[in-house]
Order: sequence, then C-alpha cells, then structure tokens
Amino acid sequence: MSENPVSYLDQSDSVRDRFTRLRQRPVVLQVNNLCKQFDHGGVQTTALHNISFQTHRREFVCVIGPSGCGKSTLIRILAGLETASSGEVLLDGQPVHGPGPERGMVFQGYTLFPWLTVKKNVMFGLERMGKSYGTAEAEARQWINMVGLEKFENHYPSQLSGGMKQRVAIARALAAQPRILLMDEPFGALDAQTRARMQAYLLEIWKNIDVTILFITHDLDEAVFLADRILVLKAHPGEVQELIEVPVPHPRGPGCLLSPEFLATRAHIEQLIHPPAEESYSLSEEHLNLVRMVKVGDAVSTVF
Amino acid sequence: MAEPWFAARRALSPRKRLILSILSFVLPLALWSAVSYSPLLWHPEVLVSDPGSVSYFSAGMRVDKKVFAEESAKAQAAGLPVPQGEPTNPVYLPAPHEVAKAFYSAFTTEPRRSGEKWLHESLWDSIQVIFWGFMISSLVGVPLGILCGTYDAIARINEPFIEFFRYLPAPAFGALAVAILGIHDAPKIAIIFIGTFFQQVLVVSNTTRKLDPALLEAALTLGAKRLALLFRVVIPGIVTDLYKDMRILLGWAWTYLIVAELIGTSSGITWFITQQARYKNFDNVYAAIMIIGIIGLATDLLLAWLGKRIFPWQRSV
Repeated sequence: MSENPVSYLDQSDSVRDRFTRLRQRPVVLQVNNLCKQFDHGGVQTTALHNISFQTHRREFVCVIGPSGCGKSTLIRILAGLETASSGEVLLDGQPVHGPGPERGMVFQGYTLFPWLTVKKNVMFGLERMGKSYGTAEAEARQWINMVGLEKFENHYPSQLSGGMKQRVAIARALAAQPRILLMDEPFGALDAQTRARMQAYLLEIWKNIDVTILFITHDLDEAVFLADRILVLKAHPGEVQELIEVPVPHPRGPGCLLSPEFLATRAHIEQLIHPPAEESYSLSEEHLNLVRMVKVGDAVSTVF
Repeated sequence: MAEPWFAARRALSPRKRLILSILSFVLPLALWSAVSYSPLLWHPEVLVSDPGSVSYFSAGMRVDKKVFAEESAKAQAAGLPVPQGEPTNPVYLPAPHEVAKAFYSAFTTEPRRSGEKWLHESLWDSIQVIFWGFMISSLVGVPLGILCGTYDAIARINEPFIEFFRYLPAPAFGALAVAILGIHDAPKIAIIFIGTFFQQVLVVSNTTRKLDPALLEAALTLGAKRLALLFRVVIPGIVTDLYKDMRILLGWAWTYLIVAELIGTSSGITWFITQQARYKNFDNVYAAIMIIGIIGLATDLLLAWLGKRIFPWQRSV
C-alpha cells in the first residue's frame, strides 16, 4: 500500500479480500488454448493465438485491445457464432458447440427484431424456452421494469433511441437467464453521455442479478470503470497480453474516474496498448506532410 | 418558400409534390386535348360533310387533306359544287370527351352478337385469369423463394434451373399450353404462371438473403432453433419487403395478361379491345386500355394502404 506513486498492482485490503473471494467462486467460463485462423484465398492469418482465461461466477470481465486484436472474433466464438480452429470453450465444465441461450449476447448494432414490440422482443427468448404466453409476458414485464422501460413496452424498436434500444437488448438477453452475458462493444454506437448512463445502469443490473459478464470494448475508461478484471489482448496475432485485476473499489460512481487507482490502471493499459516503442511511428503521424493549401497572401495566414 | 424545385435527393414540400403529381396526369391530357381540339395542330384528314360534285366522296367520310384540297380545286375550276368538310384527326385518335363518354357507353353497349360478352363480363374474366395465375404462382413461388433464400442447399438445387428457365419467354409456351390444357382459361392461367413464377422465386429468395444476418445470430443466442428461426425470424423479418415485391410482381403479371388472352379462344379485356378495334370503335379501345391502367394503379394504391395497416412497425419508420 505505497502512497506515492500509486501502481495498478496496489490493492486496498477490501479489494484484495474481494479478489480472494472471487477466485474461490466456481468457474463459469473456461477458455483453453483457443486459436482461430482465417483463410483469405490461400493466405492464412492468425486472428487469435492460444487464448486462455477463465471467468468466475458473477464476475465482470472486460476484454480490451487495439483494433485487429480479434476481440470480436473471440466473443463470437464464445457465443458459438463462429468456430475456433483449435482449443476449447467450457461452460460450467461442459464443452460448448454452437450458439445457445445459456450464453446471451448483446451486439453493438442492437439487433432488436423490428417487427416485435419491446415486450415481444423480451418475450422472444422466454417463448423459445417453452414458457406459456402468460408466463413469458409476466416475466418480460419484470425485465422491462428493471431497465426502466415499462412505459415503452408496446413501442416498436424504431420508435426508441439508441440507449433505449440497447436497454431492451440487455433485458432480452437477460430474460433468457444466461449463465454468462457476452457484450460486444454494446455502447460503442452511443454518444458519450448516454454511454456513461448505460455503464452505470449495467453495473446496477449486474449487482442485482446472478450473471457473469464478458464485455468487449476499445474504450479504456469503460473497461476500468466496469471490470473486475481486464483481459488485455495484443494484435497480430491476437494474444493475451495481461490479465489485470482492477484495484478500483466498489461501488463505483462517477467520482471514481479520478481516483488514483483508476488513473494508474488506465495509464498501465494505455501503455500496454500503445507502447512507447511505437512513439516514433505515431509521432511522424502527428506531423502530417501537408502542403499548405491556402493562397499566398491569404487574409488569414495562421489559425493561432 | 425559396425552396428550390431541383435539389438532389431532397423531398419537396407536400404542396409541391401534390401539384407535380396532378400535373403528371394533366400534362398528357392537355397535350391530347390540344391535338384533338385545336384544328391547327396536326388534323391531317378532312371529315366530309357534303360531297359536292366529287363522285367518290360521301358524307361522314375521312379523306386525306391533300386529296380533299385537290378535289375541291378541280370542282371549283369546273364550276361544279365544291365539297364541304372540316379538318379532323384519324379515326384511331378519338378526342378526350369521346373516350370519356366511352367509359360509360362501353359498359352499356350491347354486344354485337348474342353470346358475346359485355365489357364488365370480359373484365371479370381477365381479373379471374390474373388472380388464379398469380395466386398459384405465389402459393408455390413464395415458399420456395423463402426456402432458397434461407437454405443454401435448396437454393443450389433450384436456382440454376430457374435462372435458365426465366429467360424462356412465357408467350413461347402458348401453343404448348393449349395442347396440354385446352383452349379455355387453363392455358391463359398457365402463361401468367410461367411469366410470374420464375421471377418470383428469384426475387423472393433475393429479398430473403437481404435479411440482416445479425438478427438470425441474435435469435440463435436466444435459443431459437431450426423452425423457430424460419418462422419467427426469417419470415417476419422479410414480410414487409416481400409485400413490396408482390406488388411489383402483380404488375408484371398484368403485362402477361394481353398475351395470355390471345391464346386459345381469345377472351377477356383483350378480346374486347380487338373486337372494338375491328369495329373501329377506338374510343372504346382507349377506354378499355385505360380501365386496365386504372385497375392496376387502384390495386397498387389499395395494397400500399393496406400494407401500412398490416405492418404497424413500419408506420413510424
């Protein structure tokens, strides 16, 4: 517990306690040596290489990495929408093949069914489970209440804002009572304010429901704010770079964004994703080779 | 107010749109009226009212303007009575008011021969042929198209042949259809079917493929399996586009009607048109052609209006 400077490895006693307890919880998702190669006209590219990690029950794990690190491919394999080239995915110890309702998914593009009302969208998974219309409707109402959209249950998705759509998508995925909720940059298309509100919502929901969340993002603040642990990937090929335990204590509010633990963790990930070695490369990009495109003797010669 | 009339991909104000929509009908009508009612425009013939001394003229006869002028000059030179007449358009271009009258009179004109059909009976025949041809085609074509668009295996075994068959012109099967199905309505329905079906399968399968695959993925992660995927996601997901396709395809079916009705015993609206043209009742011919247009447009508008009611989620889009 050194005072100054704070490292992302420093954990307060309560945080360290929490991680000790967290590690003792049963493992929900276990990923072993997952590899994925794509074949582009005979040229093999490795999207994911030897990814291994596990998530514990009710844990919130974020996956972050530069573009091209295969984080979307990873979550699609976990959801069963793509198949891995090798390696295995175990859910509660059982290998998974293909998509299934025990791994719910929230997509960046909302993917609500436009022909169904909010209520019917949330009922979709419940009805697939074989529940009667009445039961499904009653349960759907509870989930809709939970995301605060009871006034909109008979609206169609096209009548909702982006944030509302994503709340319906979360309610719809949770209604099927998945063991793990996979979220693929769910707030990426939202404006900054709505995104902040949705992050707070999500933490609130997660606290109240027995669900494990695996959350993909490219936003550092989002990852540090939400996660218990952060899986940092690197690109070409996509590999696990580090699995970080976030030392920011719960409950987290807007105030924690400026806490020393938050800033230290953020700085560390920043450095992992954009290492200083690449500085010379990015520096040359800052000084773009521009020809001055103003007329000689232009009235405004400089913007400063 | 200073809103321009021409701005790329910008919608005009409702008032301007209405004005232009009305003009799109009024302008051709105005042109037609101008040619019909102003003697200075076109009018290449003379309608003889009094033959005068010209032996082969008779009252009510249409003669070429030049011939009339020559004969008039000849008669004048010989000091004989000069033929009288006024400029007119050829018989195949009746004036708007004559066609307008024909809209009513065509329905009330008794058929020339007993056993022949009244206009409304002919029209009803045509509508039935279209209906059955389109119905049978859709009953098979729409499900097949959806299956082709959903399952690659079904697409691969059907589409190559359909792709080939759709280039065979439907009317070419006329003689064959008559040989197999007789001379009455069956071969006509078959022509409409052939003309519609093969396009329909391909159009529907294409529409099905355009469904956002992310919706299927979302459904899979919610536990939807085979049939639920087809009936709960694919079909409701494409139904609005499918409806639009059907409106367009119904228009195509109408274009095959005229050919279909000439096959075997000619019947329906086509029979009426050819019959009236034979009697030189061109006002009735125009009226009948326009009735087809009106039925087509009215059906489409009705379907568009119905569509908004059947698919409520489209209303707010």
